[in-house]
Amino acid sequence: MGFFPTSKQEDVDTSPHVSDEVKTTTCYMCACRCGIKVHLRGDQIRYIEGNPDHPVNKGVLCAKGSAGIMQHNSPARLQKPLLRTGERGSGEFKEIEWDEALELAGGWLGKIRAKDPSKLAFFTGRDQSQSLTGWWAAKFGTRNFAAHGGFCSVNMAAAGLYSAGGSFWEFGEPDWDLTKYLLMFGVAEDHDSNPIKIGLGKLKGREGTKFVSVNPVRTGYSGIADEWIGIRPGTDGLFVFSLIHELLKAEKIDWDYLSRYTNAPWLVIQDPGAADDGLFVRDAEDNPLCYDADKKTLISANNPDAKPSLAGEYTLPDGRKAVPAFHLMAERYLDTQYSPDAVAEQIGYSADNIRRIAAEIAHVAFEEQIELDVPWTDWAGRKQEKMIGRPISMHAMRGISAHSNGFHTCRAIHVLQMLLGSIDVPGGFRHKPPFPRPCPPGPKPAGHDSIANTPLPGMPLGFPTGPEDLLVEPDGTPKRIDKAYSWEYPLSSHGMMHMVIHNAWKGDPYPIDVLFMYMANMSWNSSMNVQGTIKYLTDKNEDGSYKIPKIIYSDAYNSEMVAYADLILPDTTYLERWDAISLLDRPICSAHGPADSIRQPVIKPDRDVRPFQDVLLDLGARLGLPGMANEDGSPTYPGGYSDYITNHERTPGVGPLAGWRGKEGDQTGKGDPNPDQLQRYIDNGCFWSDEFTPEQSYYKFANRSYLDRSKEMGWIPKAERIVMHIYSEHMQKFRLAAQGHGENQPPDVLRSRIEETFDPLPIWYMPLEEKAYDGNEYPLHAITQRPMHMYHSWGSQNAWLRQITAQNRLFINEITAQKQAISDDDWVWVISPHGKVKTQVKLMSGVNPHTIWTWNAIGKRKGAWGLDDKAPESNKGFLLNHIISELLPPRKDGYRYSNSDPVTGQAAWYDLRVRIEKCDELEEGLTEPMQDAVASLPNAPEQIAVLRYGADFSEKRGSTTTSEEEIKTPTLKTTTEDLLGEKS
Amino acid sequence: MTCLPIPTSGPQKKLGLVIDLDICVGCHACAVNCKEWNTGGHSAPLTDMDPYGQDPNGVWFNRIHSFEVVDEDNDSRTVHFPKSCLHCDDAPCVTVCPTGASYKREEDGIVLVDADKCIGCKLCSWACAYGAREYDEDAGIMKKCTLCVDRIYNENLPEASRVPACVSTCPVGARSFGDLNDPTSDVSQLVADREGFDLMAELDYKPTNKYLPPRPKQNEHTVSASNKPVALTPVSTEKAGLLAQWADKVLSL
Repeated sequence: MGFFPTSKQEDVDTSPHVSDEVKTTTCYMCACRCGIKVHLRGDQIRYIEGNPDHPVNKGVLCAKGSAGIMQHNSPARLQKPLLRTGERGSGEFKEIEWDEALELAGGWLGKIRAKDPSKLAFFTGRDQSQSLTGWWAAKFGTRNFAAHGGFCSVNMAAAGLYSAGGSFWEFGEPDWDLTKYLLMFGVAEDHDSNPIKIGLGKLKGREGTKFVSVNPVRTGYSGIADEWIGIRPGTDGLFVFSLIHELLKAEKIDWDYLSRYTNAPWLVIQDPGAADDGLFVRDAEDNPLCYDADKKTLISANNPDAKPSLAGEYTLPDGRKAVPAFHLMAERYLDTQYSPDAVAEQIGYSADNIRRIAAEIAHVAFEEQIELDVPWTDWAGRKQEKMIGRPISMHAMRGISAHSNGFHTCRAIHVLQMLLGSIDVPGGFRHKPPFPRPCPPGPKPAGHDSIANTPLPGMPLGFPTGPEDLLVEPDGTPKRIDKAYSWEYPLSSHGMMHMVIHNAWKGDPYPIDVLFMYMANMSWNSSMNVQGTIKYLTDKNEDGSYKIPKIIYSDAYNSEMVAYADLILPDTTYLERWDAISLLDRPICSAHGPADSIRQPVIKPDRDVRPFQDVLLDLGARLGLPGMANEDGSPTYPGGYSDYITNHERTPGVGPLAGWRGKEGDQTGKGDPNPDQLQRYIDNGCFWSDEFTPEQSYYKFANRSYLDRSKEMGWIPKAERIVMHIYSEHMQKFRLAAQGHGENQPPDVLRSRIEETFDPLPIWYMPLEEKAYDGNEYPLHAITQRPMHMYHSWGSQNAWLRQITAQNRLFINEITAQKQAISDDDWVWVISPHGKVKTQVKLMSGVNPHTIWTWNAIGKRKGAWGLDDKAPESNKGFLLNHIISELLPPRKDGYRYSNSDPVTGQAAWYDLRVRIEKCDELEEGLTEPMQDAVASLPNAPEQIAVLRYGADFSEKRGSTTTSEEEIKTPTLKTTTEDLLGEKS
Repeated sequence: MTCLPIPTSGPQKKLGLVIDLDICVGCHACAVNCKEWNTGGHSAPLTDMDPYGQDPNGVWFNRIHSFEVVDEDNDSRTVHFPKSCLHCDDAPCVTVCPTGASYKREEDGIVLVDADKCIGCKLCSWACAYGAREYDEDAGIMKKCTLCVDRIYNENLPEASRVPACVSTCPVGARSFGDLNDPTSDVSQLVADREGFDLMAELDYKPTNKYLPPRPKQNEHTVSASNKPVALTPVSTEKAGLLAQWADKVLSL
């Protein structure tokens, strides 16, 4: 070796200067809201890393967060307010000044408010400031407000909040430190991002644990699962019922837990035909009653001395019969229609395996019980020596949510958890504050009346508890533009954003004057039926006016939606703004304690853009909205959103941020506004967090110390125990209405739909679209996922992330493909009852054979997102949304329901059924349908050929620049594509 | 030709990564965080060609491959496989270098490219069986993983941050960094405990980085070997009987 002289080693600078300054803030590359440290070099970002002190991500950062530099510097950033000059959809705009933009918007909105505020439909997308935007809508006086939850996860939220007092993801998490068995249902990649990954790393690192993933597709998390259950889409409910069936039959249930913490013992009236059939038996004080098996009498189920029975039929003083809720539940799921043998074929998982999973779950729950030596006191003041844990946890998301039977399936999962006694116990699924809250948490939706220049009496979104809370006219006509809270979708607690544009176009239930949207790419990947939506946005009346008269849109980027607005209010990037991740909205708490956080501007905008929340408050002041304008007309928050965050009080002492309240900053939760509050947040890394004591950490629904603290913080109105609902009386109230009882009656045509779907116990029914179409003609399920490196992000203009995925393939099971002689790289048509789309194929074995899937939102429209017209995203990438209808097939009278869950209005975009056909050779190479390119925006930056980001930072070779330059020598590319269509 | 450092008698450091294939979910966090650190670091920039065009293609020191494999039981599985320079002891990318640009550091074993000496001949990328070299066609020189040499000793960073970017950012904790020449180090212990292996050991490049194999999975193929029950025993198969039995149960609130 010594034959060749070793050359002198270069002198490496191992301690180079990194940054001039490090600022903390909160990431916004997806919805997880991790803490980040942004290293700055002059006015440029050197590096973004996870904040090790932050409660959400504890120092780690995902691919999206790590690509924040490219998001911030994207050429797709909007530059200045824009006013449409060409036809809608052409993309032709002129730049205008902010004063003109705000006067225009204020003028349009002011006219509406003086006449009928509900003529404004204000819908925000992946908005993290919903406590502001919802409040603004309420003060404006329009009931027509919601964010993207109706499209995303309302089935999860509603099912959890009406059943368990909390829900998956934002309001709960597996007990990552103690759980021994995790059952994960339908978790599309990375929902939620870093906390799940941190948790899976912990779980898999412990001996004797098991992770089971129930998902038609084996990617991402499912790849590291001990066991992958490639279930047929939309059948998870049946799988859960078969597990419940097995557990009941073997009596592997937690009797004490059911009796103490759920409504299992509550007596249900059995009097078919009566107005109170199926409701709970109550005493004069409205206490539900149970049957005391010791005293052989009826007794209040709120009496801690009760010794309830969970089964049997009992006679009421009036001679009628009643049975405990548990009895009804057991009777239903013990039925052989839910046995593993009965469901195996339909779900695509063998009966033996179902039985084995049930046995494993029971084993972990009852043979591997955890006992923590943490004494605690329950709601009734009784001391408990230990905290008993059932170390089986569950998590569920998109694959449950985006089906029209998702509400009931999610409720079924919660009921399974209750039977095992595994909700908010050591090793189980844990609530995050401010949950648990009563089922449902209240308040009810406001907006019965739309009165000129008058705010709503409450917030537009809420939780109905019976037919009287619906927002309908006496004849049953929906009052909201999206038909949320109507007889068609009674519990649509997140609104139905996916129906707004269709309904506004059709004037059903009424036309609107202004559609105002924020961060919602409705003309593309955030709508079902893209072509139709584009038509609705551009369609005109006979007089040449648009059917949707005015559209105002705010976004930071030139998304596909921009071209369809009349007025564009350009937003900042996430690194240029103030924000509050508030307990009033969707907080960043963990099961360990409450937390909230802020964004602070770490960089000044170099464009004429303004944070949307500043603009909203400005508009509010111009319109004279109560709470935003003083009596003399001056703005209440002249300092904009940061002023509001500091000084706004929703109720006395409660503002957007919980930390460092009070004039001295020494109060938590409640306290006067603190002028120094934002600085205190910045000093602490832009977040506030607190920890529960060990005795407050579990059994929160019945834990004296926790309940008192929850009341103190303003999370629950009274420090009373929270009972979980195995049996939902709220559901039964709607069903009774459908049967003809009560003052509030549904239209006759809806009675059977409500009666069927408002079952007080979880049910399974075939997804509505699947039921409506011929299974032979459309034999395959079609679903989507977002890649982890783009989950919940605006990724496609990101120079780094698009190098990982710039084209989405259609993934087909090898065996399924073989039957149609389809091979890798072939081009195929995917045909649904609604339309067809062309795409290139990739085969795999880890997908349910009856299912095809693709990466969502990779396909982009030409001209959007600052991408070149030749970009793979617009030429080869495709959207499945093109072939998903927002409407179900017509009813007998021609009326078409939304393609949504009939309970919650959740968009059912996973119900899609398709067939595939090979393309002719001549058709290969380009996707279809392909929209024409939109015009480029005024002053849009030129395309760059080479990006040398960071060259300026190297002190050793500081000669190169980041300026645009031509590539001089074309060179050989050695790119290959691996399984997931990602370049390597 | 360039020589590798001559082993000295005293203890030498061999810094490297240990990558746990049991828990890597293929999220690309390590790859992107590496990119953002290094594009402003020792080998700056990690140039991106055609960043918003038809064929976006840039320099990455770390890439993730996801693919399916079929094991002995005919059981197919999805594997996520991150790959970067393995900082081999017998690094052919060094010995093949005609200018001495490619070299292995004596003090810690990190393989680097001296940009001032690199003529962009690409011999090293041909020699590397792992495909871990990255040619920057804009700069005309070869680049590669530096094991964050500008970070792991950097006195301008807090001590806890002095690990490669890919390690500090990995959400599942699948990446560890340390001295693999020290049998008592955490990384060496991990390799010993989990039977860490050399990638393509048959080539005998003696890579410093190690991979930890997936742990045995508990699924239908392995469950028979465990003592756990495969089905529950019904108390009764008759619904009415069960309910009647349960009606006699006395519970408490």
